[in-house]
Amino acid sequence: MKEKLHQLKLKYQGKKMAPAFNALHTFLYTPNETTHSGAHVRAADDLKRTMNTVIMALVPCLLFGMFNAGYQHYSAINGFPANFDLFEHFLTWDNFWLGLVTVLPLVIVSYGVGLAIEFLFAVIKGHEVEEGYLVTGMLVPLIVPVDTPLWMLAIAVAFGVVIGKEVFGGTGMNILNPALTIRAFLFFAYPTWMSGDKVWVHGAVERAGTADAISGETILGYLAQGNASEISYTLSDMFYGFIPGSVGETSKLLILLGALFLIFSKIASWRIMVSAVIGALAMGLIFNGVVDAGWLPEYSKFYTLMSFEFWKHLLVGGLAFGIVFMATDPVTGAQTNRGKWFYGFFIGFLSVMIRVFNPGYPEGVFLAILLMNVFAPTIDHYVVKGNIKKRLKRLKTATIYPKTSDEVDSLKTETA
Amino acid sequence: MALLSKKDSKLILDPLADNNPITIQVLGICSALAITAELKASVVMALSVLFVLGAGNVVISLMRNIIPSKIRIIVQLVVVATLVIIVDQVLKAFAYELSKTLSVFVGLIITNCIIMGRFEAFALGNGPWKSFLDGIGNAAGYGIILVIVGFFRELLGSGTLFGFKVLGDPVTKTGLYSIGYENNGFMIIPPAALIVVGIIIWVQRSRNRTLIEEA
Repeated sequence: MKEKLHQLKLKYQGKKMAPAFNALHTFLYTPNETTHSGAHVRAADDLKRTMNTVIMALVPCLLFGMFNAGYQHYSAINGFPANFDLFEHFLTWDNFWLGLVTVLPLVIVSYGVGLAIEFLFAVIKGHEVEEGYLVTGMLVPLIVPVDTPLWMLAIAVAFGVVIGKEVFGGTGMNILNPALTIRAFLFFAYPTWMSGDKVWVHGAVERAGTADAISGETILGYLAQGNASEISYTLSDMFYGFIPGSVGETSKLLILLGALFLIFSKIASWRIMVSAVIGALAMGLIFNGVVDAGWLPEYSKFYTLMSFEFWKHLLVGGLAFGIVFMATDPVTGAQTNRGKWFYGFFIGFLSVMIRVFNPGYPEGVFLAILLMNVFAPTIDHYVVKGNIKKRLKRLKTATIYPKTSDEVDSLKTETA
Repeated sequence: MALLSKKDSKLILDPLADNNPITIQVLGICSALAITAELKASVVMALSVLFVLGAGNVVISLMRNIIPSKIRIIVQLVVVATLVIIVDQVLKAFAYELSKTLSVFVGLIITNCIIMGRFEAFALGNGPWKSFLDGIGNAAGYGIILVIVGFFRELLGSGTLFGFKVLGDPVTKTGLYSIGYENNGFMIIPPAALIVVGIIIWVQRSRNRTLIEEA
């Protein structure tokens, strides 16, 4: 099999479809050619392995999302179980089966459309197929509501991959995170399918208006409407993820595990994660402070969201998921270490701010990350500039050998 | 005998494609973003600019030898403003609803860089007939992009063309809507126009690679 593929590759070399074939070939086997010239770095982590590590970190969230899709659906119909038992009520075949048939199509459409476009562009532009879509394709089904119509998802994926990535030159050149571009497109194009109390539970949209109507508002949704008292979810529900929300974003425990996995495998930047958490807490504290100081009248429509305890912001909505898996995208995030602190901090800070002040939709993580994606190069620019300045200052006070004045001048112009 | 000499027809045809004011010179973007959510508004805007630029170019061209160059911008402004006011009043008299949709953007034709640009670059140095053709050509080049953008934005964003429900009725669920199709709200908001114009630029430059500027 392997030999045959090698022979086939030689046969198609230079042909138009070669990139498409090579992609499948190298996906399955190590290529049989070696490089001949230049210096090389031998390392275990190529792009494909990096991508696969992230996907491995995402799989628990996906599986949990499947169970949760079933759990939310059946609980909305039959009522939430009084004495919740993990194995009796949550990890059941019924839940998993329903989740499978609702979530798996999202995954298939996301990968099918996205990879088809990647292959198409690789063939047109004549370069190798890039692995960039592997992670995006997995992220997309996790950040949309469970009942998103598949054709909408397909259009959004096509838009996100072409406008968000390919027009900038493909993987590694994109300014915006493609997965979030896809979500932003869905959000602005089909807002009725992305917000409200019907989209988070499978079947709720179809049943609307009938006697079997069900609904499942997110915690942020309740807060935005000022109905904090109606929230029946406990803190542990929020942490373990037995709450309505986008497919993969609900379980903070599994996201935390994924985060640890990514940090220990050194795929994602812990600086961004930590600073984003700090940013979110800071903004939450400011809001709490405003409420505690009595500056905000109770009839204000922001009152409930602003009085929401600051650390709970991390447990609801997509903030944790966004910080761990989206903000840490190495392409669209800040590159310098100091820049990462700023970049992360503002993602957390702005997420909570948008979440509270956005009148149409009580969530802002994807908007905050996209905004900071745009600013990441600027942040890096100033960090690099600051560093240059610091070193120039050091140069001024330093004694430079040899001391003949001509050479000093030439050295100075070189470094300047 | 041809109606127009080769040089003259070039004046009209060039701005339609290879020297398009919007996609190549990237002028007049503001109004292209603002009023293209409906095809009807795009067409009216295109016609208004056609009138203003065609007539304005002729007027400026006729006056080109008597305008002191120090105050030429002011003179140009007066000419555009006069013409724009005429357009505005005509719209208000005969198409009041439409003039309300276009609102301030008719008045803002004055600030459309294409118009002042053509006055400066062409009408001040050429005769009235040539200036007229140049004005018509550039306005048509502007208008054609407006109509293309308006077509896609209205079709995808509202499912209508000139207000006719070509894709069926979204409320009673006929036509495409009966199989679950929905209007794309993204196309209604102005950023979508930027993306549509961007795609037009992309298509145009990949068809004619000589248009790509060197980085």
